[in-house]
Amino acid sequence: MTETLSTPVTPSPDTSRRASSRVRSTSRGRRTGGAAGPSLRERRLSRTGLLAVTPALLLTAVFFVVPVALMAWMSLHKWPLLGRSTFIGLDNYVRAFTADDTFLRSIGFTLIYTVVITPILFVAGLALAFFVRRPSRASTFFRTIFFTPYVIGFAAASFLWLWFTDPSAGSVNAILTSLGTEVDQTSWFVEQWPALINVIVMVTWKVVGFQMILLLGGLNSVPEDVLEAAQIDGAGWWRRLTGIILPLMKPTIILVLVFSISGSLLAFEQFFLITKGRPDNETVTAVYWIYNVSFTKFELGYGAALSVIMLVLLLIVAAAQIRLLRGPKND
Amino acid sequence: MTEPRSDASAPASSSTAVVAPPAAAIAAISPTPAVSLRRKRGRGAVGVWWWVGGIVLVSLFALPLLSAVTGSLKSPAELQQRPATFFPQTLSGDAWSRLFDPSQGTLTGLANSLVVAIGTVALTVVLSTLAGYGFGRFRFRGSTLLFGVVLAGMMIPFSVLLTPISVVLRTLGVSNSLLGLVLVYTTYQLPFCIFIMRNAFAAIPDEIEEAAMIDGCSRRSVLLRMFVPLVVPGIVTAAIFAFLNAWNEFLGALVLLSDQALFTLPVVLQTKQIGQFGKVDWGLLDAGVVVSMIPCLLIFFLLQRYYVNGIFSGAAK
Repeated sequence: MTETLSTPVTPSPDTSRRASSRVRSTSRGRRTGGAAGPSLRERRLSRTGLLAVTPALLLTAVFFVVPVALMAWMSLHKWPLLGRSTFIGLDNYVRAFTADDTFLRSIGFTLIYTVVITPILFVAGLALAFFVRRPSRASTFFRTIFFTPYVIGFAAASFLWLWFTDPSAGSVNAILTSLGTEVDQTSWFVEQWPALINVIVMVTWKVVGFQMILLLGGLNSVPEDVLEAAQIDGAGWWRRLTGIILPLMKPTIILVLVFSISGSLLAFEQFFLITKGRPDNETVTAVYWIYNVSFTKFELGYGAALSVIMLVLLLIVAAAQIRLLRGPKND
Repeated sequence: MTEPRSDASAPASSSTAVVAPPAAAIAAISPTPAVSLRRKRGRGAVGVWWWVGGIVLVSLFALPLLSAVTGSLKSPAELQQRPATFFPQTLSGDAWSRLFDPSQGTLTGLANSLVVAIGTVALTVVLSTLAGYGFGRFRFRGSTLLFGVVLAGMMIPFSVLLTPISVVLRTLGVSNSLLGLVLVYTTYQLPFCIFIMRNAFAAIPDEIEEAAMIDGCSRRSVLLRMFVPLVVPGIVTAAIFAFLNAWNEFLGALVLLSDQALFTLPVVLQTKQIGQFGKVDWGLLDAGVVVSMIPCLLIFFLLQRYYVNGIFSGAAK
């Protein structure tokens, strides 16, 4: 069973599976009494359950379900911050795809960012996972340090990076100067590709430890005896990696890719704070542009339409994840 | 597959509480025994290059974090000095005293961030514990559907919904308020936390509940006196993630708050950083960055087992 092989060797995934089977058996147990319809006690019980979930559902309804519906409704309107909104049909969507170059460019830039950073994070995360795989105190220490940047916020990391790589006052500059090299770092903030690379280095530094931890879980579920057998049969490390390790890690890999793809599609802070969209909106991501439209130009209806488009993009990624994960189990 | 029992240091309650943390967090993610066996057989000492590589990598990962600390300890004059220094030549508390100077706004930001984070934790813990109890111990009409709706919140990120959320907040009269921010943050912590709490409650054996009921316990006292202590590990995990997410959140706070006096720390730091072009107060910004990192690092290092466990629970959904 592929699933068992590739879940991380930590208790949680396993216990959660145990938990869901527990729910099933509990409910089956409760139902036995009521073949002729629910008894009074059962009905009271189910009312207790409903009562317990009500506060959370209320909040979910007001701040999640209503906004999703409202977003669709708003996207069909010209919706200013103050004053009346007017129904304009699909005009906002037409505008997004035909008359808004910045939006199309921001989608393109977001996709480029995603396509570039995802393999970098994956390969670096996998390399680090191999690196700290051996159980030892030093490995644990390395893992902990590699993971640490992940726990700080994206905004804090962006401010930190702004300072760290600042062309004149920053530490990178200090280090480069003391090594005797003069590098003009100004372009790291104001030119599209150098700025993109600067952000990618920052995000890799911040997020790669998270990928490492997840991949380590997957890596450890690959049975050693299979690898040893392959080695005895003369398979080199590349064959073992591509032929055995990666296929067995498939669910973890899909998970890690989905995390980095959906995270990158939603990128905002790192560009808003580090590149500020320079030059000339060339480093503006989709969420950044939605922010500009909705909250600096206050075109809420148009912003809602752009959000709907973004949401569709994200749902496609989520659907792909579900299909990829369920695929092998069906045969 | 046998259940991976970690070692003796695992808490005794782990047989009942489902979110019992793994033995030693990051250290616990260790390979199958075969590896250590083989290692004993003598593939032997770890190479020198492994150590060199490890130390180089650790330095690279730690360097940016360290540079914020050293930057915050430099005097304003040294920050202007060119070429720039990495380590401060003289230690200066100047930036830190400005950080805590009320006229800078950073202190208010810090207080606001704490209020929002603690409020979010409190509300999230209460609501997700209740909901976890409801979803984990009962099956009622529509429970599967409702749980599905809750989980859908994990698929749709809140940064995409900010435009309509701002309209909802305005309609309810809680726009531009910390309360509104807490309500929104809580909503988007609920999916993950309810998921965790439902598993925790579902793992409690029915016998415990039945025995207590036979002994005359009311349903409420069963919940409060027996269940809640058993799901504490889940509550800790939920609280950690609610705190960190609320503490670190930036875009929502930037959009939903317009009153300067209400800005959370990251938003205040942003205003500091765009201040006057070319004249960024780096010392203050660095001190602010260090302050915003401290709770995250403390939680990570002190509660690592819960933290890592939470990551794997999130991954297992």
